[in-house]
Amino acid sequence: MIHIEHLHKSYRVGKREVSALHDVSLHIPKGKIFGIIGRSGAGKSTLLRTFNLLERPSRGAVRIDGVDITTLGKAELDRTRQHIGMVFQNFSLLSAKTVGENVAFPLKLAGGFTREQRQRRVDELLDLVGLGEHKDKYPAQLSGGQKQRVGIARAIANAPKLLLCDEATSALDPETTQSILALLAEINARLGLTIVLITHEMQVIRSICDQVAVIEAGEIVETGEVSDVFLHPRHPVTRALVAENTHDDAGLADLRAGGGRRVRLTYVGDTAYQPILTHVVEQTRAAITILQGAVSRIKDKPYGQLLVEIGGKDEDAAAVIGLFRSLNVHCEVLN
Amino acid sequence: MEFSNIDWADIGLATIDTLTMTGASLVFTVLLGLPLGVLLFLTGRGQLLEQRGVYAVLSLVVNVLRSLPFIILLIVMIPVTLALVGTSLGVEGTIPPLVVGTTPFFARLVENVLREVDRGVIEACQAMGAKTHQIVISALLPEALPGLLAAATVTTIALVSYAAMSGVVGGGGLGDLALRYGYQRFQTDVMIVTVSILVVLVQLLQYCGDRLVRHFTRR
Repeated sequence: MIHIEHLHKSYRVGKREVSALHDVSLHIPKGKIFGIIGRSGAGKSTLLRTFNLLERPSRGAVRIDGVDITTLGKAELDRTRQHIGMVFQNFSLLSAKTVGENVAFPLKLAGGFTREQRQRRVDELLDLVGLGEHKDKYPAQLSGGQKQRVGIARAIANAPKLLLCDEATSALDPETTQSILALLAEINARLGLTIVLITHEMQVIRSICDQVAVIEAGEIVETGEVSDVFLHPRHPVTRALVAENTHDDAGLADLRAGGGRRVRLTYVGDTAYQPILTHVVEQTRAAITILQGAVSRIKDKPYGQLLVEIGGKDEDAAAVIGLFRSLNVHCEVLN
Repeated sequence: MEFSNIDWADIGLATIDTLTMTGASLVFTVLLGLPLGVLLFLTGRGQLLEQRGVYAVLSLVVNVLRSLPFIILLIVMIPVTLALVGTSLGVEGTIPPLVVGTTPFFARLVENVLREVDRGVIEACQAMGAKTHQIVISALLPEALPGLLAAATVTTIALVSYAAMSGVVGGGGLGDLALRYGYQRFQTDVMIVTVSILVVLVQLLQYCGDRLVRHFTRR
C-alpha cells in the first residue's frame, strides 16, 4: 500500500539546516491500522504529512499503490489527495458551513455527483458516525467528540483507500478518545481502508493499531507488530513510552531486597486465561513473589505481564524459567 | 440658538450627495480592494501562492497610496478622473479619488482578516485536493466573512469622512456644506446640523455593520 523509501526532510532555520526526518523507510500494508508514535518534536507529524505531500520531503519516495506521489504534477496530486482522507487534531472544520455542508465539501471538490447523490451520501456518512440529527448545525454547536466525528465523516466521504489521522484524539478527553478510536476501528473493519495514525500516547496504539513504528529525532527506531513492540520494547524511547502507559515503575522492583531471580513473564493470547502460575508452583514448589503485574488487551489480543521474583537456588530458578518457557511464556531475566 | 441659515432642501441634497459618493465608492472599493487583498494574502510569506517579488510590489503600491493625504490625491488625480468620468467636479468627480484612496486601505484590512483564518482549515482543504481558487471561494472568504464585513464597515465610515473633503473640487455633500457655510461663513447652525447628520449616519453605519457581522458569525 504505502512504501516510504529513504525519506529525508530538512528545514532552513536562519543559516542552520535542521533535519526533521532522517532516512525514514516504512512499509504500511493494505487494510491495516498503522500507528506512528513519538514524543512531540520527534517528527511524527512531519512524517505523516509527507503521505499526502502537505509536507514535501527533501529526498526520498512516497509510493502509494506503486505511484511515487512526489513525482506527480499539481493536478494529479490534487486528484490523488481526493482519495486520501485526513483527520486533524483540531478538527479543522469549516466554521461557516453546516455539518452537512462540511461532509459534502470533498464530494463537491471531487465533482461528478448530483446534489441528490451528495445529500444521500452525506446522510449515509452522518449515520455511520452517529450524527444523523446534527446535519444542519454549525461546528461551533458541537462538542469536541462530535466535531471529530464530522471530521472523520468528511475524511471518508470520497471513499478513500487511505485515512491519515494527525493526533486525532489528542484534543479529546479519555472517554471521547475511546469512542473515536472505536469508530476508527469500525471504519477500518467495515470499509477495509488503511489507517495511518500518529500519536504520543501508547494507549492509542494499544487500543486499535496492528503495527507500530516508533520515531525519535526524525528516525524510526523500532517497528513491528504492536504486541511485539509493546511487550518486548527494545529501544529506550519505546521502553519509556510503554512504561508511561503501564505505569511500570522500574524503581519499585529495586526496592525489594530479595535475593532471588527477577524475571519478567509475558504471555499473549489464550495463555492469558490459563492458571499458569498455579501450575508452575504446583510442579516445582518454587517460591514465587509477584512484584508487579498487569493483565490487559492489545487491540483484541489478551496478554499478561508479570514481574516476579523466584526464590531459592539458581538451578531451581532455571528449572522454573524452563517450565514457564515450555508453557509459551516469554521470560526475561532482569538480574 | 436660531436655525435661520438652514436651507433644508440644501441639506437634503447634500445628504443624498454624501450617500451617493459613499455608496458608489464603496461598491468600487470592494470590487477592487477584495481581489487586491486576496492577492496580497496569497502571495505573502508562507501562503498558498507565495511570490516574494509580487508581494513586495503590491505592498509598496498600497503603502504609497495610503501615505498620500486624501486632499492631495484629490488634486493629483484630476487628469485621471477627467479621463475616467469626463469631469473632475461634483459627485462623479469625487468618486475615482475616493476609490483610489480607500482601495489600498480596504485591501490591507482584507489581507489582515484573511491571515486570521485558521491555517488548519486551509490545510484541510489542500489535503482534500482543493485547488487554490476553490480554497479562496469556498473556504477562505466564507470563513473570513465576519471579519470582511467589519473591514467594509470601517472602510465605509472612512469614505464618509473622506467624502467631506470633496468640497475642494466642488463635490458637494454634508462635509462640504459644513466647511463652506458652517466654517467659512460662520453659520454655526449649519455646522451643527450637518455634523449631527454625519454623526447619526456614522452611528447607523456602524450599527448595521455590527449587526451583519454578528449575523454571519458562526463561532
